[in-house]
Amino acid sequence: MNRYTWRTGTLEGVMIVIALIFMIPVYVLINLSVRQQSDLSSPLAPTANPTFENFGLAWTQSGLGQAMVNSALITVVSVTLLVVLGSLCAYGLARATARWSAPAFYLFMIGLLVPFQLGLVPLYRNFAGLGLLGTVVPLIIIYVGLRLPFTLFLYTTFLRQIPAEYEEAASIDGAGTFARFRRVVFPLLRPITGTVIILNGLFVWNDFLTPLLYLSGSVNRTVPLAVYSFVNENTTVWPLVFAALLISVIPVLLAFFVFQKTLIQGFASGVKG
Amino acid sequence: MTSPTIAPATEPPPATAKRPASGSSTLRRNAARTGSRYLWLFILPAAVFYVFVVLIPSFQGVFFSFTDWNGLANDWTFVGLDNFVRLFEDPVSVKAIGNTFLYAILSTVFENIFGLLIALALHSRIKSRNVLRVLFFMPVVLLSVVIAYLWQYLFQVNNGAITQLLHAIGLSDANPNWLGDPNLVVFSISAIVIWQFTGYTMVIYLAGLQGVPQEQLEAASIDGAGPIARFWYVVRPLLAPAITVNIMLSLIRGFMIFDQIWVTTGGGPADTSHSLSTLVYRTAFQFGELGRGAAIALVLAVIVAVLGFFQYRGLLRSGGAR
Repeated sequence: MNRYTWRTGTLEGVMIVIALIFMIPVYVLINLSVRQQSDLSSPLAPTANPTFENFGLAWTQSGLGQAMVNSALITVVSVTLLVVLGSLCAYGLARATARWSAPAFYLFMIGLLVPFQLGLVPLYRNFAGLGLLGTVVPLIIIYVGLRLPFTLFLYTTFLRQIPAEYEEAASIDGAGTFARFRRVVFPLLRPITGTVIILNGLFVWNDFLTPLLYLSGSVNRTVPLAVYSFVNENTTVWPLVFAALLISVIPVLLAFFVFQKTLIQGFASGVKG
Repeated sequence: MTSPTIAPATEPPPATAKRPASGSSTLRRNAARTGSRYLWLFILPAAVFYVFVVLIPSFQGVFFSFTDWNGLANDWTFVGLDNFVRLFEDPVSVKAIGNTFLYAILSTVFENIFGLLIALALHSRIKSRNVLRVLFFMPVVLLSVVIAYLWQYLFQVNNGAITQLLHAIGLSDANPNWLGDPNLVVFSISAIVIWQFTGYTMVIYLAGLQGVPQEQLEAASIDGAGPIARFWYVVRPLLAPAITVNIMLSLIRGFMIFDQIWVTTGGGPADTSHSLSTLVYRTAFQFGELGRGAAIALVLAVIVAVLGFFQYRGLLRSGGAR
């Protein structure tokens, strides 16, 4: 049945053209980042005398190296906490049969309906009162609290499809509740843990509003904030700006191209028909 | 916010309804046997974060939206509905409410039309489909801030890349001020968001299309169904859950839009491109009027909560239908 007709061929041609048009912004990004600052020709024209100077300058002036370390630290710690606390909590919620368990679940789910902006102002004052502004601590705490409802939603829906028999077998072997969770349940959660890591990881890495509030003017910048500050200082020097933009997305782009299959699956796992 | 607080479940959750039926007595026996009285200990650590970051501040937010709090501790008085009255009288915030809906609707409509069309085209025998899927999805993983700056440059007046493209296709007199014209700016920023997230709707549609058997499409086409009839009668019903999830995700993303506006225009020119999110930030953190900021945030919260409620119901229904 694998017919490749002229219709398929036409469709293929059309789609390639559309994809090329779609990629024009990315082309401009790369094209401009290798351009000499004195070269004022059209951004669409291929750069005549490409240079890599901008990258060196952007790297040393933007503080992106330090920002990447900060972003990586915040992302790894937040996502780890989300996986550990989220899976534990979801297990408790999915398996508890006490009277409080259903209301507790819905109390967490309310978090899906409350936008972050509502608590933004008071939370900021609360952290200021604790003297934690300018450090990465509030960010980690915020990301964990903020992304928990969604994480729990993923975990509990998944958990409820795992038959309790697996755990019963383990409990007959004499394993306690926690040992059962660690040795039997958590390994079974692996596919959904992948989705939890991908979606939360990208959210944390890309978030701009929270660092803008909590880290503006501090040395502990994250990548989006470092880009923002750097561009604000150099708006007219576009090749330099574009080099910085390109540097800032390279880590995620590399990860994307290496893990694109898993990553896209993680995003799409929301609806399997 | 780059991505939404609300996102789809791995599976539509039929579990809540199913749970009592699926042998809760077994579970309870099992639980009693292994001491699940301590299960609340599993929940506690997560609950602490959640209460501190979401619940308490949200209640505080609601509370302060009725005050004239300026951020200094304990220096506030109740002003009743003043903040809300001002919100609906001030042309800047009225414009921001309209803009927020416009951002949400424009991005939702076009992300979904483009995403669905691309998904349908890639759900075929074309050889480059995997490469194309990766290319269309790529903007989703890029930093919003980077995308916004990139487009700010593309949208430059006089010889910006997009204007040059217009010239290249024959519109040689066109010189729109994409981000500087109050009548145009919301559409330009929406275009950025659409470019960024079309790949997102595409992968969800592609996943949904995997449930559409090729044989069924072929049978329909042998029966003489054209592409539109095939889509409407064969594909669309099977794609319903993907459509629900995608529309809700795009809408909520659209209503919460912040990064793309803040980076490209900061809400300008003359405060014409604000969304409620950027207005909260400006009012509360740049003007220091925290009470008013909280009121704006509450209006946004009500809009998103109403939507989220429908999303939850929609998910339950599309899950229950099969």
